[in-house]
Amino acid sequence: MSFIYTIAPNLEKLGKELWKCTGQTIQMVIVAALFAFVIGTAIGVLLIVTKRGGILECIPLYTGLDKAIDIVRSIPFIILMFLLIPVSRAIVGTSLGVTGAYVPLIVGTAPFFGRQVESAIAEVDGGLIEASEAMGFNPFEIIFGVYLRESIPSITRVSMITLVNLVGLTAMAGAVGAGGLGDFAIRYGYQLGYFDALWVTVIIILIIISIIQFVGNIIIRVTTH
Amino acid sequence: MIELRNVSKTFGAKRGEIHAVQDVSLTINDGEIFGIIGFSGAGKSTLVRCINLLERPTGGSVVIDGKDITKLSEPELREVRRKIGMIFQHFNLMRSRTVYGNIEFALKKSGLSKQEKDAKIRSLLELVGLADKIDAYPSQLSGGQKQRVAIARALANDPKVLLCDEATSALDPQTTKSILKLLNEVNERLKLTIIIITHQMEVVKDICDRVAVMEDGYVVEEGATIDVFDHPQKPVTKDFIDTATNISKIYELVENNSPLTDIPEGAKMLILSYSSVNTNEAVISAISRKFNVDASIIFGNVEILKNLPFGKLVVTLSGKPEDIEGAIAYIQAAGIDTEVIKG
Repeated sequence: MSFIYTIAPNLEKLGKELWKCTGQTIQMVIVAALFAFVIGTAIGVLLIVTKRGGILECIPLYTGLDKAIDIVRSIPFIILMFLLIPVSRAIVGTSLGVTGAYVPLIVGTAPFFGRQVESAIAEVDGGLIEASEAMGFNPFEIIFGVYLRESIPSITRVSMITLVNLVGLTAMAGAVGAGGLGDFAIRYGYQLGYFDALWVTVIIILIIISIIQFVGNIIIRVTTH
Repeated sequence: MIELRNVSKTFGAKRGEIHAVQDVSLTINDGEIFGIIGFSGAGKSTLVRCINLLERPTGGSVVIDGKDITKLSEPELREVRRKIGMIFQHFNLMRSRTVYGNIEFALKKSGLSKQEKDAKIRSLLELVGLADKIDAYPSQLSGGQKQRVAIARALANDPKVLLCDEATSALDPQTTKSILKLLNEVNERLKLTIIIITHQMEVVKDICDRVAVMEDGYVVEEGATIDVFDHPQKPVTKDFIDTATNISKIYELVENNSPLTDIPEGAKMLILSYSSVNTNEAVISAISRKFNVDASIIFGNVEILKNLPFGKLVVTLSGKPEDIEGAIAYIQAAGIDTEVIKG
């Protein structure tokens, strides 16, 4: 420990705060990721099955969803956060702190993830879907038994990309009062000029991302045949 | 029994409609192997998909055992589909599941217990000769093995009908033979009706009892395989058989004045079409003796079709003009179709 304090003297007094902020970041990532995963997967599946020639073709729904995703995705996250303040208050009761960050993080992530899931599922061979229909399966069984099941490796791949993105968004949310490592870096690293604090946040985020990629790669390796 | 009554399928595009299947009426009897043959784009794949309504016909009806399935609700239709197996050109196995898992998936709605499913899967793999690959993933199998798994999967729910959509087109000739043998076996053993879509003549030749020839969405010719191949009525059928037997090559050679088709002054080159009734006759040696002409065989293709010989020979006859005329008349009198292609 003393070695670390030698190269990063400010950590001695900021250590406790750093741990708290790391915890906040992890909490934001996990909660937002869970919701965004479910919502985004649903969006991706809906896009695939409702498009022209899909197993539940519904062009109006497809077009509406498609456009809505493009609109939400084109709003910069920093603006989205402010736009969603009333929504956040209505849903989670606050627009501040870690809890207040959930809604914008989910809204900022789910459409992006949905698009990626769409492209992942689109890789499933149409012949497989045809074969499943010929075997007498209903659309629900085809979605879970074929589309999602066959895309586990590619959905894992896009989940990793989205998670890394999400870590970035939590830092941005931190800058406007959500707490977490972004908040820590700005408060101590930028405003007080503790450069060692700035670097430590970078290293911690790097570790978080490495863990995400390590786990993701294992899942891909095990599920790819 | 499967009856297609005036089935049509039109794909509506904003710029012009495509009539993939036009007014097709066919009856396929229980337990027979029925071939539907045609060149690419003839509409045969669309037609076979009309049988299990993967493509909904835009006109006509599909009657299976007296029931018009185009009138069924979606859940009822799914029930019917479970009794119609289907295999495909590209096998369509799930990469994420093992051989066992792929067949197990097909049994999902069977209502069997886990033990019964297990026994069923093992006996199916025994039937298709892949018992040792039970835990392999599709990526570890060859094309022929994948198609065997697909056949096992298609048979999982004890169907009465098996639809084969270009099932051997992606396989090499030897593997094609072995898959056809397997189909023949299951046809005999399980009294299964098999409908085969193909553009490969050897498939029809080897195992089909009856065949329908498709062109531009229409069924232009239909009948017992031997009759259709013996006496093709429509140009497309002739064309098909010629291409498949390589006999069309001789026309190209004649056209390009290949040295192979050089004939002496006064000689004639002709194509003799043998069919089942006359192949045994020693026509060539008979004409050489009787008419004093020299007959040399340039090229030939005689095949066995449903256990009967069938084919074409290209021969050059040389001698006195009247002898050649006499020889040709003799050959025709023996029931062999002749066509003079040079001289």
